[in-house]
Amino acid sequence: MTAAPLIQLRNVTKIYGTGEAAVAALAGIDLDIHDGEFVAVMGPSGSGKSTAMNILGCLDTPTGGSYHFRGADVGSLTRDQRALLRRYYIGFVFQGFNLLKRTTAQENLELPLVYRGVPKAERRAKAQQALEQVGLADRGHHTASELSGGQQQRVAIARALVSEPLVMFADEPTGNLDTAKSHEIMALLKSLNETRHLTIVLVTHEEDIAKYANRQVRFRDGYIESDSAKAVA
Amino acid sequence: MIANAFLLALREIRNNLLRAGLTTLGIVIGVGAVIAMVTLGSGATKRVTADIASMGRNLLIAVPGQRRPGTLVAAPNFQVDDTMAIHRDIAGLAAVAPAVSRSAVAVAGNHNRTTQVTGTTNDFFTAREWPIMFGRNFSLAEDRSGKSVCILGETVRHELFGAQDPIGSRIRVDKVSCDVVGVLSPKGQSTFGQDQDDLLVMPLKTVQRRLAGNTDVNMIWMSVSRASETPRVKADVERLLRERRHVAAGAADDFQVSDMQEVTRMVETTTGILTAFLSAVAAVSLLVGGIGIMNVMLVSVTERTREIGIRLAIGARERDVLLQFLIEAVVMSALGGVLGIILGLAGSAAAASALKLPFVLRPEIVALAVAFSAGVGVAFGYFPARRAARLDPIEALRHE
Repeated sequence: MTAAPLIQLRNVTKIYGTGEAAVAALAGIDLDIHDGEFVAVMGPSGSGKSTAMNILGCLDTPTGGSYHFRGADVGSLTRDQRALLRRYYIGFVFQGFNLLKRTTAQENLELPLVYRGVPKAERRAKAQQALEQVGLADRGHHTASELSGGQQQRVAIARALVSEPLVMFADEPTGNLDTAKSHEIMALLKSLNETRHLTIVLVTHEEDIAKYANRQVRFRDGYIESDSAKAVA
Repeated sequence: MIANAFLLALREIRNNLLRAGLTTLGIVIGVGAVIAMVTLGSGATKRVTADIASMGRNLLIAVPGQRRPGTLVAAPNFQVDDTMAIHRDIAGLAAVAPAVSRSAVAVAGNHNRTTQVTGTTNDFFTAREWPIMFGRNFSLAEDRSGKSVCILGETVRHELFGAQDPIGSRIRVDKVSCDVVGVLSPKGQSTFGQDQDDLLVMPLKTVQRRLAGNTDVNMIWMSVSRASETPRVKADVERLLRERRHVAAGAADDFQVSDMQEVTRMVETTTGILTAFLSAVAAVSLLVGGIGIMNVMLVSVTERTREIGIRLAIGARERDVLLQFLIEAVVMSALGGVLGIILGLAGSAAAASALKLPFVLRPEIVALAVAFSAGVGVAFGYFPARRAARLDPIEALRHE
């Protein structure tokens, strides 16, 4: 791994509150993630993994330390610049799916492309293509509330894919699904990582879900407790 | 992006049709009321000015007496000589008609009618642009010698003769018997509800000698040849009458010359003020409507916090979210405005036909109403939209 990392965290801290009430959600994190990696971020609740995820996804800013995304210093970006970074380079998959409820799958997929200013015909085609990739080619005209949990999560994955991001952040993507559906979703993510070389960062607290990833990073009390990449090295 | 936000706004409104409808009701009523007020006001002005014009265009009317606030100070009547002097000395007059009026009972057979008897000359018909419908006007001889002949107003003809031909019949007016030589064409009611056709016209001298018993003239009707000369002619008449009536320099006129154009302008000003006032009251409901929109937009932003979070996460900037909600508010209020215009125009068309007023469409007011209602959307939609745009994406995504 000689190339510059896609994601580079150096001594990143996140402190909520001030003075005596201050709580450090992240107490100083160093983390490198390279192109094409499939990383599982693990840890009990309160370990700081979700905070780390929000910072990595440019939804939140660290209190201290530095975050470089493909060499760009995220800490120096404005709110709108971070929005643009999310728009062009990052895809999200959430535990609660977070689709627009009364909107069709097709339109949900087109939304990121609308913000990117993609013309209508091209949006249609790309959304259809993404639906095919997640095996829902015939469900484009169903609204989110008409789809099952597993199908909704597939649509959410398709939405993260449709804008061809550099990295996909999946925050407990199987948290609301039964075991069979969970493994289907993970198999889908695994294949996306392998066939398209999509970099995926997955947050989970389940060991068997984390096993799909190539690398496991464990958080505890705001620190990285272990990192399988470093253990191997 | 803007076209998309527009479609999105329409869909959001369609999804919440009842709420959007109730919200825009304030705007609908406000715009509708303003449009109706202005349209009806313009119609009323047009009607009144048309009525005044029907008295005779370019008309000047001289009456004795001095108008003081609230009262009319009596002054001696005019004399026939005064009208002759006006006729002789003042250029630019098409007609000068002295007139004396008094109430009298007209009797034909077993029908009678209390009416206004006006003694005047043929110039009266010219000045008032009032043609004879049947028969003829006064001959020179009848005029000069004060023959007992009369011309009937439509109402009097109808009351006394019904379906019979009145021309050539002999009627009695108080103690004087006279022959009917003509009937005036109907003029209808004046603006002030007076029946203009309820009169009987006789030669001036006949009324003076046989009914009044003096040579007074209590009104002079004059018609100016060219409208543009009205102010000059009016000033000339006033100067001449002051001279003839020996009004001392500096003293107020003991008579009044009214100019119909002036009256028209006065009426227009009055109805204009009234219209503006009523419209202002109506416009207040636009303001209330705007507050309603702001209220609903704030509720909508709270309800859709999660949606906003999703949009922010997939890369919407503050301005994208701001624009979305602002356009939603503007679309809602503009739709209300359009609905209000339709309602206001339909309502005022109905009211105009019920009140027998002309329907006067004022396109500039319609355009103004659309612009104003959209403006209300911007003004009252901005605060909720900004609140939406400034949401923290993490908080918003966590919102249930």
